Amino acid sequence: MAGRDQSLTVSGVLAASLILILTFGTLAAVGWRAEGAGQLGPADFAAIRFTLWQSFLSATISTILAVPVARALARRRFPGRGLVITLLGAPFILPVIVAIFGLLAIFGRTGVLSEISRAFGGEALNIYGLHGVVLAHVFFNIPLATRLILQGWLAIPAERFRLAASLGFRGRDIARQLEWPMLREVLPGAWLVIFLICLTSFAVALTLGGGPRATTVELAIYQAFRFDFDLGKAALLALIQFGIGGTAALFALRIALPQTAGGGFDRTVERWDARGRLSRWTDVLAIGLAMIFLLSPLTAVFAEGLRGIPDLGAPVFRAAVASVLVALASTALALLLSLSLAHLIVAMGHRRGGPLLEALGYLSIAASPLVVGTGLFILIFPFVSPDYLALPVTALVNATMSLPFVLRSLVPALREVESRYGTLSESLGLGGWRRFRIVTLPRLRRPLGFAAGLTAALSMGDLGVIALFAGPEQATLPLQLYRLMGAYRMEEAAAAALLLLALSVALFWIFDRGGRADADA
Amino acid sequence: MRGFLLVLIWALSPGITLAHEDHHLTVYTYGSFASEWGPGPRIQAAFEATCECELELVAVGGTDDILKRLASEGEDSPADVVVGINADRAAIAEAAQIFAPHRLLQGRYDMPLGWHHALFVPIDWGYVSFIYDKPRTPSPPSSFRDLAASEATILIQDPRSSAAGLALLLWVKAAYGDESEEIWRDLADNIVEVTEGWSASYGQFLEGGADMVLSYTTSPAYHVLVEGDRSKAAAQFDEGHYMQIELAGVLTTSNSTDLAHDFVEFLMSDQVQALLPESNWMYPARMPEGGIPEEFGNLISPSRALFLNPSTAESLREEALREWLAAINP
Amino acid sequence: MLTLESLSLTQGDFTLTADLSVEAGARVAIVGPSGGGKTTFLSLIGGFLQPDRGCILWQGRDISRLSPGDRPISMLFQDNNLFPHLTAAQNVGLGLKPSLKLSPEEQDRVDDALTRVGLAGLGGRKPAQLSGGQQGRVALARVLLRAKPLVLLDEPFAALGPALKVEMLDLVKELVESSGATLLMITHDPRDAERIAQQTILVNDGAVSAPVDTATLLRDPPDALRDYLG
Repeated sequence: MAGRDQSLTVSGVLAASLILILTFGTLAAVGWRAEGAGQLGPADFAAIRFTLWQSFLSATISTILAVPVARALARRRFPGRGLVITLLGAPFILPVIVAIFGLLAIFGRTGVLSEISRAFGGEALNIYGLHGVVLAHVFFNIPLATRLILQGWLAIPAERFRLAASLGFRGRDIARQLEWPMLREVLPGAWLVIFLICLTSFAVALTLGGGPRATTVELAIYQAFRFDFDLGKAALLALIQFGIGGTAALFALRIALPQTAGGGFDRTVERWDARGRLSRWTDVLAIGLAMIFLLSPLTAVFAEGLRGIPDLGAPVFRAAVASVLVALASTALALLLSLSLAHLIVAMGHRRGGPLLEALGYLSIAASPLVVGTGLFILIFPFVSPDYLALPVTALVNATMSLPFVLRSLVPALREVESRYGTLSESLGLGGWRRFRIVTLPRLRRPLGFAAGLTAALSMGDLGVIALFAGPEQATLPLQLYRLMGAYRMEEAAAAALLLLALSVALFWIFDRGGRADADA
Repeated sequence: MRGFLLVLIWALSPGITLAHEDHHLTVYTYGSFASEWGPGPRIQAAFEATCECELELVAVGGTDDILKRLASEGEDSPADVVVGINADRAAIAEAAQIFAPHRLLQGRYDMPLGWHHALFVPIDWGYVSFIYDKPRTPSPPSSFRDLAASEATILIQDPRSSAAGLALLLWVKAAYGDESEEIWRDLADNIVEVTEGWSASYGQFLEGGADMVLSYTTSPAYHVLVEGDRSKAAAQFDEGHYMQIELAGVLTTSNSTDLAHDFVEFLMSDQVQALLPESNWMYPARMPEGGIPEEFGNLISPSRALFLNPSTAESLREEALREWLAAINP
Repeated sequence: MLTLESLSLTQGDFTLTADLSVEAGARVAIVGPSGGGKTTFLSLIGGFLQPDRGCILWQGRDISRLSPGDRPISMLFQDNNLFPHLTAAQNVGLGLKPSLKLSPEEQDRVDDALTRVGLAGLGGRKPAQLSGGQQGRVALARVLLRAKPLVLLDEPFAALGPALKVEMLDLVKELVESSGATLLMITHDPRDAERIAQQTILVNDGAVSAPVDTATLLRDPPDALRDYLG
């Protein structure tokens, strides 16, 4: 690189080092600590089994259920279709704990379904345990799976459906000759993405896991930490978690992972085979049921939340302020890190280092926040009381966790800016920070706004590393909500859930909106 | 801008530390003790009326949380007194070497078993037991073996995070010794869920989540005296019931040592002991002059009081935990 | 006979009208400027578009309500006539059974069809392993097997070189002659029309005229065709 880009290169290298420390450094700390740790007990093996099994079930059920929904969306055009597809993107910014609160209101013991069941003399439902964990994961991942599969459907050239129609294909023939080959290509990738997500989904296991019998490895790390303060055990479990996540991520690299970010969902494919009444009704049913399943918990959060507002206490507001501050800090940090890293990645191009650096940015997808948190704790504990660092550490870990999403949106955009305006800028003598400020930043407003919104919302809703570190008096809003639910103060919890949801959506909206305002085409 | 900074400090500070002086006493305790419906505020008002000092109650958490907090604060800890140490973890608390000997005369407690400890004073106690709903469960089980053989479902708390959960573990251990692992294996299919804390499982029980919940024999008194509801009762077990004792202790790092010891003595006074049953829903460690509400007389009285002294409890704890984890993870 | 009775379709500000008939067994070229409605016209017959008014009759039977696959029609498009993930033999076999569960006797018929279009022994290849001309032959083999009385071609060989295109058109001519099928083919090259089509339909600005003798038409083209031919 020419000398004038030195400062950008330096910041890129610094960002890369920080990410390396946060991922491999914390892992090394964990490994160092795990040495000489006790043997794994039957409970730990049960946790490993449970982690894999619930992820397997969640991924399988989510992808299978998403197929008819995606098919219906691919071949029907109806008013509100755009809204449905937007809603399918919503789980990205929906805090897990809020969704769980909503799911409890529908599927819990005093939930709507239990009331109905009791009214007919049946039993109330029990949501805790394996089925609850799987239910929550399916709730979160059906939308993702639907979007991934829908993309596959829309990627089938319209001409092939035309050819199929001209050859007199029935629905079944189209399924076999066109849709099944597409699904065979798309489903493994979608399945694996969801499997990976479910492996590292701590908040769900924490809230719906039915005690030691439904404990994931991450939950076992948390328990070893909070209950027993057994750092060696926590470290050993953290290594296991990294092993599982890393293996899955390696597989994911080998299978071409589907992309979710792309648009183009507004297209439907003309289907001459799907004009029949039966297929129309199955599609209505698929979309209708999916919407009911996805919207009823959110509706419950709204209804109960509004009622609980008078119960909101000062600790909730205090936690809300802390959460917003953490979210803002982690957003700033994530943007700083990923902009620096993206610059370096683009500058290195396709030379050996470039793809490697990019892979580094995505590394944290395999690293569990609990593992990074454990590592940081081990590094920090000898020097400072972790209580005091709970919130800064949470902001740092949240920033790392959102790097893959931010990079995915920034790197292609930055590449385009460089290839389109690089020569012009150079001919004008614009380089270094000046070029960054005058050319790059304005051109990146939209992806930056979107990435910032996503990071802020993710951080706002995160219930992971904060649960490890926070002292009893400290909390982010999701943790406070978890504590209220644990203390069975459901009215206040409902209002806190609504507040959390509102803040997450607001943060996303403000940033995303800010990126769009005045952004020239 | 200044307002923003204040909000920032308010939100981020893990408890604002106030100046140490002899007119200020900081007490670490658990959440429900310090909460507005717990005994904390009334004890605070009563003590401040006599001591010409300021009493600050800080809700830190269970025994483990308090010890962890104290360890991280070290010499700088603002705390003078800890209220609510679980007797089953007293050995750990003692080993931390941060508690000073108390100044009370020994042996003047009204508990089924004697208590002698140089550092810790018992303030209240209760028997752990399974609470059931009388209309729903007409014939409750009468022993662990009975429970294991029955179809009854139970909600319990995790012994690693809950005092009652740990008491249950030691209850089985005290009653069955080497057979306790077998008992747990038989009980495994009765357990609906293991919650982190007491409130979550008790709340679920009230919603009908299981036939019985692990709590205290005194819990039905709450339902009668506060809600006028006589449907809840404790199942009497033939093995006897395990006693859970809550302790108070003065920290060596206290800057207001005399005031701290005065407070511990105050905790043992009739005034405080008399308000514990109806605010903390436990038996007072020392029977107050005016006695306790009559309703407590209607509660079951176990045939045997089981208790493991702190050092035994500590030495059995890990093994018991391992057995329990293994048994409920078939 | 194929009859189009006061057929019309409006898409935005473009309207296509047709009122004509084509003799059974005829080979008819469809010519006209691009954007004039040639493909729309063929899509209406093929059933990919529904007319606003009028109807389509084949041998006196109204087929305009039938779905594309139920019409007595084989159609080849400009591209995407083969499924890339299926072998040549499978692509041809679809003409017999979309389920591809073929009996040994049906397998033999697939092989025969491939042999007739000059692809003996290449049935196991996927489209990507075949040349453009060979791909066209696979599509024609399927047309042959489907044995529908109407064959519609929307310039399927436009992307091939001139010599190859002539070769393919000769093959088409040979196939429809032996089966007696009626052929409607879009072309923008009058020499193609002359070579295999006795009759030609002119489609200009949405107006579809009745078929006339190709030689006559080319000898004295109307203004619209003259502008187009240059």
